[in-house]
Amino acid sequence: MSNAIHKFLENNVKPNFDEGGKLEKYLPAYDALETFLFVPGHTTNGKGSHIRDGIDMKRTMIMVVLAMVPALLFGMWNTGYQHFLATGEAYTFMDAFLYGALKVLPLVVVSYAAGLGVEFVFAIINKHQVAEGFLVSGMLIPLCLPVEIPLWMVAAATIFAVIIGKEVFGGTGMNILNVALTARAFLFFAYPTWMSGDKVWIGGGMDESVAYADGSTGATILAQATEKSSGFVDAAGVAYGDSFMSAFLGLIPGSVGETSTLAIMIGAAILLITGIASWKIMFSGILGAYVMGLLFNLWGANPFMEVPAHMHLVIGGFAFGIVFMATDPVSAAQTATGKYIYGFLIGFLGIMIRVFNPAYPEGIMLAILFMNVMAPLIDHYVLEANIKRRQKRTMAVAA
Amino acid sequence: MSETVEATAVVKEPKEPLFSSKNKRLLSDPLNDDNPITIQVLGICSALAITVQVKQAVVMSLSVLVVMIGANLIVSWLRNLIPSRVRIIVQLVIVAALVILVDQVLKAYLYDVSKQLSVFVGLIITNCIIMGRLEAFALANKPWPSFLDAVGNAAGYGWILIAVAVVRELFGSGKLYGFQVIPDAFYDFGYFNNGLMILPPMALITVGIIIWVQRSRNTKLIEEN
Repeated sequence: MSNAIHKFLENNVKPNFDEGGKLEKYLPAYDALETFLFVPGHTTNGKGSHIRDGIDMKRTMIMVVLAMVPALLFGMWNTGYQHFLATGEAYTFMDAFLYGALKVLPLVVVSYAAGLGVEFVFAIINKHQVAEGFLVSGMLIPLCLPVEIPLWMVAAATIFAVIIGKEVFGGTGMNILNVALTARAFLFFAYPTWMSGDKVWIGGGMDESVAYADGSTGATILAQATEKSSGFVDAAGVAYGDSFMSAFLGLIPGSVGETSTLAIMIGAAILLITGIASWKIMFSGILGAYVMGLLFNLWGANPFMEVPAHMHLVIGGFAFGIVFMATDPVSAAQTATGKYIYGFLIGFLGIMIRVFNPAYPEGIMLAILFMNVMAPLIDHYVLEANIKRRQKRTMAVAA
Repeated sequence: MSETVEATAVVKEPKEPLFSSKNKRLLSDPLNDDNPITIQVLGICSALAITVQVKQAVVMSLSVLVVMIGANLIVSWLRNLIPSRVRIIVQLVIVAALVILVDQVLKAYLYDVSKQLSVFVGLIITNCIIMGRLEAFALANKPWPSFLDAVGNAAGYGWILIAVAVVRELFGSGKLYGFQVIPDAFYDFGYFNNGLMILPPMALITVGIIIWVQRSRNTKLIEEN
């Protein structure tokens, strides 16, 4: 069936887009849709020594999107769960899921529509093919935002991020910064009232009609930790029961896809088994965060510093950032040693910003963006060191 | 205007028309092909600092215009008297005197704006565009071309400043020149001012976008590779 459709497209539709065809100008758009649906037709010819198979960039990107599905589905359910928890209404599992799905899906649709729109326009202007990079970014953007963010802000941030974060540097594969985080940072600084506080995280929370039933505030654990003068563990414990477990499972308010460390771990497993994301970055990132957490425990100057180090790994966007954003192959460090340094510093700085600066509870976002900028520098010094090491060896042998 | 006029001008240079094509270029080049901010990348600090509101940008541009005309004219008149070894300090003294004059006038008649501009009026002294034009042009040219050069460069500086300020004030606070432009109905409908526009990074990004558009439109500026 799909073969028949493909043949029909190849024979009857494609000629319109080939050179001399009526719609020649729009070949990039056609090509993007065709290769999105079917395995690309070009394969290695008989003499080629390099292997070219169906795993092209689109398949790679689709694997990442698939890895995000658990976090997305959980995020939908959690949005509904938090809503009904806040209103105190009775609900079933499906009620919560459907409520959340209706809240989250528009974010996803707007993010894809805005981002792909920009990509198509640039592909046609620059006469190159539509690159697949946005398939992942388009899913990451809604997952790292609070559920109540207005849709036009999502569209504005996505357009800004794709143009300023990616297209000015030459498009997919040339970007210095992670596109999804650029969008999030844009929103964070442009519309801070919609990116923090205690209402935006709860489905329906910005609606005045929602009354909080049981005195729960709806603030994220991170926000509470910086506000409460009493011990953080107490504060979180009161509001969310067993705080480590609920944070691990994700039964807490937060950005759509980042509350459940468990769902993110399923995604991480998919990425690691298929070899798409770098385990070096994930491992050293977690190590860096843990080390920083321990150092703060030793210092212990305020309640937030006394938060156990393992807590830091499950609250806030740390897990989501380190699994899906720090491992972005374009903006991360490229060398093996560089990846360890890059990942470690993301974890280390992320927790440091989180604890030191109450104004920026989501330190992991700033840490990843900062290390994105530093990644080429790390690579440079790793390469230099390697060259020096080998030079020394050659000299020793020669002498 | 035509080639012949130019040719005779080179030979004896008796009376060049006030607006010969060469002189016209002094005025028009800095607006686009040789813009002090977007092409030479000078005077960036003030472009970032005082473009939050259009009013500040306008006052700043006018101040720079006045200082530049004055400095270029004076240096051009004195160009044969200034010993080249101490020329920098002489230029500094001239520019500083003019800046102090401008600063006093602003304080007397535009106190609010002058307070907002704070140190940046004083910092016109160190504006690389002014020193650059004195060194590169006024020291070697007659007063009239120097005057045109000053006007051209100050205008090139000014239009970028004002363009950036329009974008930042419009999206950052919904106003233009202090008057609300975006109607209240928008805000009722859920529109919000963009807080990022108020922050300095957005000035950098806006200047960057102007450079991007300019370079892709002006074939002279497209670099090979």
